[in-house]
Amino acid sequence: MNDLFASLRVCLATMLVCVVGYTAVVLGFAAVCAPDTASGSLLRAKDGTVVGSRLLAQAFTRPEYFWPRPSACDWNGAAAGGSNLSPCNPALAERAQQAIARFGASAANPLPADLATASGSGLDPHISAAAARFQVARVAAARNLPAAEVQAVVDRLAVAPGPFPTGERLVNVLELNLALERR
Amino acid sequence: MLANSPFAGSSLAVLVLVGCALLSWPLGRWLRAAMDPQTASGPLARCDAWFRRLGGGATAGEHGWRRYCVQLLVFNVVMFTVGVLLLALQPGLPLNPDGKGALEWSLVFHTGASFTTNTNLQHYSGEVAMSHGSQLWALMWQQFVSAATGLAALTALARGLAGRPLGNFFVDVQRATFLVLLPLSLLVACLLVLGGMPMTLDGAVQATTLEGAVQTIARGPVAAFVAIKQLGTNGGGFFGPNSTHPFENPSFATNVVTTMALIVLPMACVWLFGRIVGNRRHAVVLFAAMSVLLLAKLGVAMACESAPTPAFAGLPVAGDVGNLEGKELRFGPGAAPLWAVLTTCTSNGSVNCMHDSLNPLTGLVPMVGMWLNETFGGVGVGMINLFVYLVLAVFVAGMMVGRTPEYLSRRVEVHEVKLAVLAMFAHALCILGGTALFAATSWGIGTPNDPGAHGFSEILYEFTSAAANNGSGFEGLGDNTVPWNVATGLVMLLARFVPIVLPLAIAGALAGKRTTAASAGTLAVDTPTFGVMVLATIVFLGALTFLPAAALGPIAEHLQTVR
Repeated sequence: MNDLFASLRVCLATMLVCVVGYTAVVLGFAAVCAPDTASGSLLRAKDGTVVGSRLLAQAFTRPEYFWPRPSACDWNGAAAGGSNLSPCNPALAERAQQAIARFGASAANPLPADLATASGSGLDPHISAAAARFQVARVAAARNLPAAEVQAVVDRLAVAPGPFPTGERLVNVLELNLALERR
Repeated sequence: MLANSPFAGSSLAVLVLVGCALLSWPLGRWLRAAMDPQTASGPLARCDAWFRRLGGGATAGEHGWRRYCVQLLVFNVVMFTVGVLLLALQPGLPLNPDGKGALEWSLVFHTGASFTTNTNLQHYSGEVAMSHGSQLWALMWQQFVSAATGLAALTALARGLAGRPLGNFFVDVQRATFLVLLPLSLLVACLLVLGGMPMTLDGAVQATTLEGAVQTIARGPVAAFVAIKQLGTNGGGFFGPNSTHPFENPSFATNVVTTMALIVLPMACVWLFGRIVGNRRHAVVLFAAMSVLLLAKLGVAMACESAPTPAFAGLPVAGDVGNLEGKELRFGPGAAPLWAVLTTCTSNGSVNCMHDSLNPLTGLVPMVGMWLNETFGGVGVGMINLFVYLVLAVFVAGMMVGRTPEYLSRRVEVHEVKLAVLAMFAHALCILGGTALFAATSWGIGTPNDPGAHGFSEILYEFTSAAANNGSGFEGLGDNTVPWNVATGLVMLLARFVPIVLPLAIAGALAGKRTTAASAGTLAVDTPTFGVMVLATIVFLGALTFLPAAALGPIAEHLQTVR
């Protein structure tokens, strides 16, 4: 009986400290130090409407936009997920063939692997610089711009993911498309 | 290029592993000071006085293994009950901005068992099924106290091996929660907030995309949750896809912090053990043996995962960057195999790539990690699992030289070895028995996401993960069914408490024996020879038990790709 009471008391104490106290402190820290990212890194249009999160991919299908990686969850920001297909599953080859057709890849101009694969979250906000380069001609044609100008925007926004110099640079697709809209 | 840059991939591994090994040493000192204070005055003694007042009468006195286990089990029953009640009452409780509904009964049981046992196997998707209230009150709270239970159990085990009473569980669990997990979580949560992770009690927000579609963006108090998820080797994600989700792991930097957070406490637990049993050189040998296993698994995983996705053979897809299915780009090359290895060496189970989509032999590595389940292992319990192997190793070594085996100056006899074999057997039975049952009956047939050998692997992985209290999965498996929820729920409970109670019983038995003076024939436990003996015991026992199952799953699948 004593053990039961002690358990209840310890449960209550840990709940108050580790749930209420701890969460409150971290919430307070976030509100003071990083209010924008703490509420989801939201990007807004000039009129204040939310156009998305800097951290999350969203669907792009029109030719004048850069397209993100395939998404197994259809870019659903409220139910994310990957394909969970075995890398040997023929379904992956079928999906890759669709991507190859959509992006217009060929043996002479193979599709960058990140555009053939779905990310784990289905919301990967980035594509590789190679995947952006692959799409520059289409985007430039749809916007009636010289390809060099579009490529320059890509180059300006491409960043290495970490401190190690050998990693390929990445581009945030939503930021890239916003930059094209606003130029 | 992206994944095929061995330099960038291995630099990340070196950064994380060397950093954590260095950090684990001072952390081990702090663990000893906090968990097993040796002074009767000062701030730590004052903390102890508070803990005794908070816990009431049952916190008085030090106990043997039986009473300690009773305290531990009663506390865990209460933890389970409170968690289940909070989950079952979800629709009526506060902090539910998105109006999440009721959860199905078998899912409530499964989730309650999962978070009580430090497993965090999830048959739901966090942002779909759970309110902020459930995430915080039930799940995050259990992430703290279940990890604290493991740390308390290890402290008690080590005390027993030092010939002392095992202690008082209610004091130990508070020490672990308030003095170890809470301050570390605060630090990591603040780092994650600075790294761009969401931390808000607001509900989902509607975005109108550039093309005019609506995207609903689920949010929540993610940073606080993720800190203890990683530190406590819990692994249960705030969002469905765990640490692949950009809100749960926004950048390269947060990936480094969370990778380190998942291994540093299990590493420090080795030093805690060495300090309490009073043989730090023994701890160094164990640390080195575990590191050898870790590096071997890491090498295999990194090599296998740099091969391109097998399904793309013959298609015009660039093959120079390895297999990117189920992976995020922002963590950089090598980050996925590193995490996959560490999360299954420890019993964490969080993921930063989809294990289901790992190349076949890479996918075998996490399973090996969970089958052995002692490469640093879960907070506290990993070292306890290793202790079981140690008992068997000294027994086998004793057989080889024809002497009664000893461990830390105490004789290991029939009773102790029986208990150790029973603990090993329970682990294997849960995995192989469960897999056999579900692979052969309608409970499991039809639930895998992939055909053939990989489908078998999904079933095998699920029971492995439940029995190792890991929580990762080949997540394509359709596992939110009543048979899966009940079966893996029961496996998690068995596989949590049997491997805690039996080793404590061994420690209790050893604590009651007279110490024998060291002689020329004594097996020294602080030499490289002993390290090799331990490694051999682990590898041979593991291989003998699990190789047949591995051959039916990942190895068969790999052979299909080699034509």
